[in-house]
Amino acid sequence: MTIAEKQQDIIDEFALFDDWMEKYEYIIDLGKDLPAIDPSKKTDDRLIEGCQSRVWLDAAIADGKMIFTADSDAIITKGIIGLLIRVMNNETPENVATLDLHFIRDIGLQEHLSPTRSNGLVSMVKRMKMEAVKQMMH
Amino acid sequence: MTEGQKKPFIVREIREEFPALRQQVYGKNLIYFDNGATSQKPQVVLDAINKYYSKDNANIHRGVHYMSQKATTEFEEARKIIQKYIHARKSEEIIFTKGTTDGINLVANSFGELLSPGDEILISAMEHHSNIVPWQMLCQRKQLVLRVAPINKKGELIIEEFDKLLTKKTKLVAVTHISNTLGTINPVKELVQKAHAVGAKILVDGAQSIQHMPIDVKDMDCDFFVFSSHKVFGPTGIGVLYGKEDLLDRMPPYQGGGDMISRVTFERTTYNELPHKFEAGTPHIAGGICLGEAIKFLSGMDIDAIQAHERELAHYAQDMLDTFEGMRIIGEAKKKTSVVSFIMEGIHPFDLGTLLDKQGIAVRTGHHCTQPLMDFFGIPGTVRASFAFYNTRQEVDTFIEAVERSIQLLK
Repeated sequence: MTIAEKQQDIIDEFALFDDWMEKYEYIIDLGKDLPAIDPSKKTDDRLIEGCQSRVWLDAAIADGKMIFTADSDAIITKGIIGLLIRVMNNETPENVATLDLHFIRDIGLQEHLSPTRSNGLVSMVKRMKMEAVKQMMH
Repeated sequence: MTEGQKKPFIVREIREEFPALRQQVYGKNLIYFDNGATSQKPQVVLDAINKYYSKDNANIHRGVHYMSQKATTEFEEARKIIQKYIHARKSEEIIFTKGTTDGINLVANSFGELLSPGDEILISAMEHHSNIVPWQMLCQRKQLVLRVAPINKKGELIIEEFDKLLTKKTKLVAVTHISNTLGTINPVKELVQKAHAVGAKILVDGAQSIQHMPIDVKDMDCDFFVFSSHKVFGPTGIGVLYGKEDLLDRMPPYQGGGDMISRVTFERTTYNELPHKFEAGTPHIAGGICLGEAIKFLSGMDIDAIQAHERELAHYAQDMLDTFEGMRIIGEAKKKTSVVSFIMEGIHPFDLGTLLDKQGIAVRTGHHCTQPLMDFFGIPGTVRASFAFYNTRQEVDTFIEAVERSIQLLK
């Protein structure tokens, strides 16, 4: 699946919901389903502090593709992480570094990735892109 | 209405005066429970802002023309209104600042200059960052020692421990009147007496109290009292530092510039008298005038009825929240204002706050700029509902239903 297809899939899924609570119910379910990060990986260097919720991010590369695993102490944040990872995983570092995550805006969740929003998500996406750029420099 | 005659307090009618309350968010009626963060504004204040910029806008203190004199008169009138409201002896003791944080920084930088290495500053463990960080910075700059008076698990100051930390070395006590996170009302009059007994000065942070109770700085006898306009139904960007005249007279200026000077030459500059010594540059003129309007509005209300109403709302909300299993109320002081901070077992405050938001309810989540408090209680943050006199019991009912619905989704 291309990045465009992955993002469109998510947009189509969210189009089925009538109201905000249904959308968030779905996101919460995604959050509950997201596998927790390995406790050994909940280290300080993987921790991204936010004013509202904390995020742990692990970045790896396998066969030239980025593999991210992440976790959060808040379920809604975890759910959104799940969506972000769905799009960004198994992509080349170049793709990840230049990716425009427009699906977030299209499903109405831009507040979670707004730079003014003090949760760990904005910093997490920045970190993911930075990790991709690091890989590009190798 | 004659002076002294109060408007009868009818919540439904009072709400009509606050246009911001009449909106919908995400298709739901707004329930604004974030008054600890900022208050909504009554029509008289909104009209005053409009009137100032439409008709009365001119720079103050400097001009000879009609508009300048009118603006100056109105600005200084507002100063007097505030002076009377908090019972300061003189209007020279009312310094306009940018807000509470600015006022505290002013004291830290100016009064702080009078202190010597080894002197101590005593704060409490429930302080907002704005009443912690300026003192930390001062202590680093001037090699002072910062002491922190502990609190108990109910969120009350432990007076015996406070007494132990208050010594002849203490030069300033800085303490909040009401905790923004816990709602705890501190016994400030008693703390003032204790501070003075050891020769220390005391600053009382009134950011949260100015909205909820009458303030009498003469009776309290505090040396400094700070608050923000935007928390007492006035505009953002302006606040007040009250300081006793003889103390302010001894303090060096904080910021240099126009208005705070008497005479400027490149060899030597002399400073203006109070209050202008501490008001460099063009102030938020509209802000000051409209803060005066906000205080006039508040003065015209039946404060006893307001306090009874807010108390009832907070108790009702807390009682209803207590029925949820796993609910933990953070801040259970015997004397509390209308603030309820809580956390549900197994649910992150951010998740709960987000779902409440989508149901039209504005609460605050997180550490509320009191990270040390969160560390003390061992929690990542709380959900905080903070009520004002325009909130209603029906709103609390809707809020409780929304909390229930949110918990069901999150568990």
